[in-house]
Amino acid sequence: MATVEIRNVRKSYGPVEAIKGIDIAIQDGEFLVLLGPSGCGKSTLLRMVAGLEGITGGEIAIGGRVVNHLDPKDRDIAMVFQNYALYPHMTVFDNMAYGLKIRGIPKAEIRARVDKAATILELGRFLDRRPSQLSGGQRQRVAMGRAIVREPAAFLFDEPLSNLDAKLRTQMRVEIKRLQDRLGITSLYVTHDQVEAMTLADRILVMNHGVAEQIGTPLEVYQRPASLFVAGFIGSPPMNVLDGRIDDRGEAVLLPGGQRLALPQPRPTDAGRPVKLGIRPEHMAVAAEGLSGGFSIEVELVEALGADTVVYGRLPDGESLLVRMAGIPTVRERDRLTVTPQGGALHLFDAVTGRRVE
Amino acid sequence: MKPTRFIDLLPHIVLIVGVLIFAYPIYVTLIGSTWDSGTIGRGGLPLWPGGQGLTNYAQAWVGEAGDRAMYTPVRTMMLNSLVMALSIALGKIAISILSAYAVAFFRFPLRMAFFWLIFITLMLPVEVRIIPTYKVVADLGLINSYAGLAIPLIASATATLLFRQFFLTIPDELLEAAKIDGAGPVRFFIDVVLPLSRTNIAALFVILFIYGWNQYLWPLLVTSSGDMETIVTGITKMIGTGESANDWHIIMATTVLAMLPPVAVVVFMQRWFVKGLVDSEK
Repeated sequence: MATVEIRNVRKSYGPVEAIKGIDIAIQDGEFLVLLGPSGCGKSTLLRMVAGLEGITGGEIAIGGRVVNHLDPKDRDIAMVFQNYALYPHMTVFDNMAYGLKIRGIPKAEIRARVDKAATILELGRFLDRRPSQLSGGQRQRVAMGRAIVREPAAFLFDEPLSNLDAKLRTQMRVEIKRLQDRLGITSLYVTHDQVEAMTLADRILVMNHGVAEQIGTPLEVYQRPASLFVAGFIGSPPMNVLDGRIDDRGEAVLLPGGQRLALPQPRPTDAGRPVKLGIRPEHMAVAAEGLSGGFSIEVELVEALGADTVVYGRLPDGESLLVRMAGIPTVRERDRLTVTPQGGALHLFDAVTGRRVE
Repeated sequence: MKPTRFIDLLPHIVLIVGVLIFAYPIYVTLIGSTWDSGTIGRGGLPLWPGGQGLTNYAQAWVGEAGDRAMYTPVRTMMLNSLVMALSIALGKIAISILSAYAVAFFRFPLRMAFFWLIFITLMLPVEVRIIPTYKVVADLGLINSYAGLAIPLIASATATLLFRQFFLTIPDELLEAAKIDGAGPVRFFIDVVLPLSRTNIAALFVILFIYGWNQYLWPLLVTSSGDMETIVTGITKMIGTGESANDWHIIMATTVLAMLPPVAVVVFMQRWFVKGLVDSEK
């Protein structure tokens, strides 16, 4: 168990900078999820912590020890790969025991550790099987078992659930969470799936183009997205973003469609400033027809998900607007509808930089 | 029904005819090795086995034909061929798997240059470089030795390429997982790469053993004494220039014996193929 500190870490491939200075200190026992679209550098960052990629600039410390120039084997980490990376010719037992064998740990202790991990992961019956004789979920568990038996300072997960089908993914997600709670080992987890990130993380590091857009707890990231990118990436369906301007008294946002949405707190210093206004689809509610300040939309598509319904609407000026309602659909395509944001759940972002306006 | 019947039969007919064409000379050799020289010499070789089989094979094995001629005994030639073929097959596999490992898994300066250097030698058959090779082997004093027979034939671009292509299919994550597990390059090679290459090694061994066993030109050049004779060159030397009658019954018995080891290798290694295919892992 240990802390993992990443200090101003950079990575360049020739002239291309893939990681542009990331800073984060991960607490002992913390579960950090690196979240971002493909190509954002999240896997690269994880692989730099693992020692599989060189570090161009900055420092990485595991358990207070700078590991920049240590081999992966000396960093006291264990990694779970997306395609499991099990040794195909070895049994489940040998797969889990291999790292321990190399480290010269006595046979009896290897046996004990593997048995213990196999019990935790319910792999006891499969110890003599080859990976090819296991299902995807079982292989993933073996890969985790291989990490657990090492009793490392930190677990590194590189999109471990991407190769599983949806149902199994949900199940394994719960298992990973339970396992990490139980073992209390510092974990870094890379994913592009926001549900995995929201459910697993103590904190989420949202990455985009090699930059940390935001670091925060899942709820912070959801409730107070630090940028338009985070706002669009977290939440499903994504947040509605509309162009607007703060009025001359700094009390409301004016939209091109003529709506005037009062700000929860007046901000006189920002009077007249152009902004991007973000409203989550789930924070919209149907209002009485023709309510002033409401959005009048024409319904283009209705997605009934059972527990709730997503309405794809279009504003008179052509902008699209998503509304998420609880329950089964009450509207149909081509209906006209007036909706208003609820409970002041407005997010303001700078029109140029896209950063949150606090 | 009827036309489809014929269509179904046709491939079988073609195959059977093909087998007969290929098998007939071998059958004749087998039958010939069981008759005495007189019968074969008159040109009227029957198509059924004669009664001389045991005598012929015994004579070929020790190298005597009646009381006239003395040949290099088949047992000596078989041993020589076996040593040569095994050295070539095992040597080729060992050298090429190691060079392929280097080219596929390591980044070192001039890596691709070395790769192409190996690749280019594919275009030079043994015969093209046979004179310089002979000179080198002669200067090293390796004429009439097992080393001289095998070493010049050991370097193999084909096997290196095959192993490299196979290594490229091993996922990078496997190497990375091994790195994290603490396996160095040698460990990874022994514990992971070699076991995964088993079926490739078995397949190559069959091909290379037969290649080594059937070497003709090089052994002809590099051996001059009878006791270093390989069986393939030995058979041709048994066939005279016409000054005296050929002992066809001994030649045929020797030929049959010469076929046995390659056949045995194929039959034995076939089990490995199947095992590898059934396991089908990667």
